[in-house]
Amino acid sequence: MAVVWKEKQLEAEGRGKERASLFQPPCKRASRVNICVGAVMLLAIAALAVISALSIVSPPNAMDIRARLVPPSKEHLLGTDHFGRDLFSRVAYGGRVALKVGLGSTVMAALLGVSLGGWAGYRGGWWDETIMRIVDGLMAFPGVLFAIMLVTVLGPGMKNTILAIGFANLPLFARITRASFLSARNTLYVEAARALGARPRHIVWRHVFPNSIGPIVVQATVTCSTAILTEASLSYLGLGIQPPYPSWGRMLKEAQPYMGRAPWLVLVPGLAVFFTVIALNLLGDGLRDWLDPNTR
Amino acid sequence: MVALQYLSRRTAALLVTLVIACTITFVVFHIIPGDPALLMLGTEADPEVLTGLRQELGLDLPLHVQYLNWLKAVLAGDLGFSTRLKRPVAGLIGERLPVTISLAVLSMLLTLVISIPAGAYAATHHGQPIDYIIVFASQIGMAIPHFWLGILLILLFSMYWKVLPPGGFVQWSADPWKAFLSLVLPAFALATHRVASLTRITRASMLDALTQDYIRTGQSKGLPKLSLIYKHALKNSLMPIVTVAGMQFASLLAGSIVAEEVFALPGLGRLLLQAIGYRDLPLVQGIALFIAIVVVLVNFVTDILYMILDPRVRYK
Repeated sequence: MAVVWKEKQLEAEGRGKERASLFQPPCKRASRVNICVGAVMLLAIAALAVISALSIVSPPNAMDIRARLVPPSKEHLLGTDHFGRDLFSRVAYGGRVALKVGLGSTVMAALLGVSLGGWAGYRGGWWDETIMRIVDGLMAFPGVLFAIMLVTVLGPGMKNTILAIGFANLPLFARITRASFLSARNTLYVEAARALGARPRHIVWRHVFPNSIGPIVVQATVTCSTAILTEASLSYLGLGIQPPYPSWGRMLKEAQPYMGRAPWLVLVPGLAVFFTVIALNLLGDGLRDWLDPNTR
Repeated sequence: MVALQYLSRRTAALLVTLVIACTITFVVFHIIPGDPALLMLGTEADPEVLTGLRQELGLDLPLHVQYLNWLKAVLAGDLGFSTRLKRPVAGLIGERLPVTISLAVLSMLLTLVISIPAGAYAATHHGQPIDYIIVFASQIGMAIPHFWLGILLILLFSMYWKVLPPGGFVQWSADPWKAFLSLVLPAFALATHRVASLTRITRASMLDALTQDYIRTGQSKGLPKLSLIYKHALKNSLMPIVTVAGMQFASLLAGSIVAEEVFALPGLGRLLLQAIGYRDLPLVQGIALFIAIVVVLVNFVTDILYMILDPRVRYK
């Protein structure tokens, strides 16, 4: 337990106590390592997506029935699937789809959630009560379930998937923004601004919002990784991205009957999702440590 | 006395949230698509059949009347009538519940048994290699998609090693051991992400508790280390752990939809998927509402647990 007293000592010196990331940073420098690793991994995925967009690799839907279920070889870097489609190009294109859905739904959830939460947090009173009650009601539906509900009534496809996942993640942003705005409302600088005659709009944009951005950005990375996992689940169930667009989730579903004969078909798409999610999580953790005022 | 006030406040919040959840379900299934009958029968259906279905579902009544009728029915326990299976939704849900509940309980037990000791151990050995290993492992665990893990587990344990069944389910009453075996892999697949998450929370919470003054007092008093860790530090760090564990149990009960699909388990999640496939909207709506109600109830129970664990909460 001597370790715990060392922690108290470190804390007294102004350095934070717990870090739950891959490289545990006792200071800002190491938190930047997390951000860098995460960002680099993410860039790798983005590069794959760009490669697929530039059509340098073979098209993801080109079938070659003579080359069904070929293991990784020189001609097909990651092998082929049961239709003879090249797995590498499908994974690369799937990266594009995943990033589109991830970013799209995160942006949507952030825009709507921050607006609602900010309004509730700043205005307070009746607005606050009503909006937060509705948000609580929305949170009663687990993410995947809400996405499934919306896709059922709206139909499958990329646009509806982005909409569905965006709506499902909206409440989190609303809560975080409301908390930040509520605490910012009571600060001295806002009081001073109001005393100087600043209009509410000015106060919000110039003072409250910039100070609340930290947690929102961190939540955005978390939402992005959840969105990618949710999209993979939806596509696995057949409810998300439809053919001809490849999706990592659906690739796993199609590969399941062949997993005895062709295990690489099942390993690769899952690894792709895993890689992307870890990248986003590392990025988020690093950002959170970096933005935490307790770290020196 | 204060406890009663806290309880009544939480109960009021519970009822409001339930009503709002019901409203959201109604809105999603009735307002957004525009015409559920068209959605169910397809755009090429016979107009007479469409009108008949609309009358049957009560869709020709004004919207607020539909809403009130539906709300009244839900309060009486009637969650709707499945148009494909021609049976009440509540009965169908009741049939599938045992599987889902067994899976949820098994998964939750696994999660608690692994993550709380691991998190506590990591916290008490903070800075040592084992701490880094546990944190690294939880990072990995949080990123693995559970359905992919499920597939890999099937590959390993059912195809290569042939020790566990790859899917399907035997009723508990027929063969309890086999029923248990068919739940092992799904429980593991579902537990992984939750173990990772709960371990992080336990570790962070314990680290917070371990730096408190009363721990230092206890150690200088000469209390045995085990008592110090478990009786004092762990008990006081339970709040975030209980919060997250409650949320995890709620999401487990919510049907573990994808896991049931991977392992072909006849539970609530699979019923939902089949209903979607057959465009059986009343059944989908009924299941969605049921899940939302369960989640709200579990959160309410968590609130009650808060009250027991931390008396200061009653004054909020």
